[in-house]
Amino acid sequence: MEFTFTPENLNRINEVISHYPEKRPAVMAVLYIAQEQNGWISYDAMKEVARVLEMTEEEILGIVTFYTMYHEKPVGKFHLQVCTNVSCMLKGGYKIYDHVKEKLAIENGGVTDDKLFSLEEVECMGSCGTAPMIAINEDYFENLNIQQIDQIIESLKNK
Amino acid sequence: MMEKIVLPDIKDLHLIDVYIQNGGYSALKKAYTLTPDDIIDQVKKSGLRGRGGAAFSAGLKWSFMPKSTNKPKYLCINGDESEPGSFKDRQILEFNPHQLIEGTLIEAYAIQANAAYIYIRGEYHKWIKLLEKALADAYEYGFVGDKMKEKFGGSYSVNIYVHKGAGAYICGEESALMNSIEGKRGYPRVKPPFPAQNGLWGCPTTINNVETVANVPPIINKGWEWFSKIGEPKHPGTILYGLSGHINKPGIYELPSGTLLTDLIYNYGGGVPGDKKILCIIPGGSSMPPLRGDKLEGIKMDAESLKAAGTSIGTAGVIVMDEDTDLVKVLARIAKFYYHESCGQCTPCREGTGWMLKLLNRIAKGEGSTHDLDLLISVASNIEGNTICALGEAAAWPVRFMITRFRDYFESRVSKEVILPVANKVHSMRHTEFPLAPIKD
Ligand SMILES: Cc1cc2nc3c(=O)[nH]c(=O)nc-3n(C[C@H](O)[C@H](O)[C@H](O)COP(=O)(O)O)c2cc1C
Ligand code: SF4
Ligand code: FES
Repeated sequence: MEFTFTPENLNRINEVISHYPEKRPAVMAVLYIAQEQNGWISYDAMKEVARVLEMTEEEILGIVTFYTMYHEKPVGKFHLQVCTNVSCMLKGGYKIYDHVKEKLAIENGGVTDDKLFSLEEVECMGSCGTAPMIAINEDYFENLNIQQIDQIIESLKNK
Repeated sequence: MMEKIVLPDIKDLHLIDVYIQNGGYSALKKAYTLTPDDIIDQVKKSGLRGRGGAAFSAGLKWSFMPKSTNKPKYLCINGDESEPGSFKDRQILEFNPHQLIEGTLIEAYAIQANAAYIYIRGEYHKWIKLLEKALADAYEYGFVGDKMKEKFGGSYSVNIYVHKGAGAYICGEESALMNSIEGKRGYPRVKPPFPAQNGLWGCPTTINNVETVANVPPIINKGWEWFSKIGEPKHPGTILYGLSGHINKPGIYELPSGTLLTDLIYNYGGGVPGDKKILCIIPGGSSMPPLRGDKLEGIKMDAESLKAAGTSIGTAGVIVMDEDTDLVKVLARIAKFYYHESCGQCTPCREGTGWMLKLLNRIAKGEGSTHDLDLLISVASNIEGNTICALGEAAAWPVRFMITRFRDYFESRVSKEVILPVANKVHSMRHTEFPLAPIKD
């Protein structure tokens, strides 16, 4: 599948490049733009990022694989990230994680058959004081209990 | 009423007009009437120490920047905030972003930076947006960028850019952070050379934590003497203490340095749910050596006092664990984190974190032996001091100190089986001072 940036996104890319003395440092932002446009970062997207920033494909691959927030395969429309690190764990983070796993019948990294949900066990998200938490796409949901999780998932199904 | 410096209780302070009405950006104006050296001197005298983990003197760090150089200079503000138990910088981004921007501008001027980058962890989408909004307003008002010259009538101007991370704890380490800004994998660099000599793009660079920088405007406004008298003289100012885990009122509390740990937990945090006893505390984010719950009396929360108590202030994110906590599982979870976040450059860290996780998982399953406890301490001790960056220590400390300080607890979770050393044919001729381990029943 060919990948090319939309004209608006090319403008955004040029703006980001202007923040730095060279092109390469824009790579993290450009990968986010690619992910936003494509839903995930395909190899074709990496090739295009490499071309736009005059970097090698290997360099791009190296960066995509280093950082956890770049998706190397498609995720669900709603990407659920459950923190199970210490502060969350002490407040039932694993109960929430196991519950979501069971409810959606997927494992860590899995996507539901209808492509609506995907699940990821994540490290501390900076919500330790409002634990347990779950991030859905870019939004944080905090101070959660199982009931609320159920309600949130049900409401997303109808969105 | 205790004075709050970084997060004052002022409604809508995140709005630029409210911030200005409350004296905002006046420190910047004052700073431009001083020389960069004056500012560095004042910050040095104020005693302000870094809030990102190592508690290093901020003014001293700034003074390391070379004065005569043809190279551009850079400032990096560290908002990676990924240390488990830490969630303070996020509050500044949300409730007082302009004080961070103002502090950044003052520091940039003091070190004569050509550009400043605020690095924020990628997961903080919402807080990045809030900061970007505040920054756009500051640009519009002429506090940042080209318009500064006109506004302040000087020759100095600087741009501030937000750089979004993408999920890697190691990028909070200052040299990894610079590599990440440069558009590379976030690998820590060997030091020396230090950032002040050889930082971003090989140019002189200073890195400070978000909270550290947010303390700068009040210091310039009210003077270093005022600041140096707050809290503990050797680590003055207020600290954004975090409370999480088994605590009735979790959250961020801005209090003078040197606040008693027990005060923090019982008076401010409302104590432990169900009035349970405390088994264990981690005082400054998951990397710091844990303390026994029965030994918290009299411990003050500042860098020197915590050092004396056998631990470290770190990010001041206090994690409380009650008497029913499964410490083995907690330690295994901590080990999993460092195993996951090790960048893999150094063998002791890359391999050691994996071995510690395996051993702890075995103990958690009830299949461990006393030997495993000693092996864990040995693996941890062999990581410490043998790596490029301090993630090695961050991974080793919790394991080594949790096991030594809770030896009784861990002993009760493993079998007493003694694994006899096996004679090694090849080395058996070599003299050894170690006798066989005595057999206990
Ligand atoms: C593994 C590791 C992770 C770190 N993460 C952070 C972080 O998220 N935020 C931070 O400010 N400092 C972090 N630090 C400390 C930085 O390297 C650096 O000391 C700090 O940003 C300097 O700022 P300060 O002097 O104002 O404290 C980390 C250090 C290590 C070894
Ligand atoms: S200590 Fe660990 S995280 Fe730090 S550079 Fe070495 S391998 Fe990477
Ligand atoms: S431990 Fe879950 S958000 Fe910090």
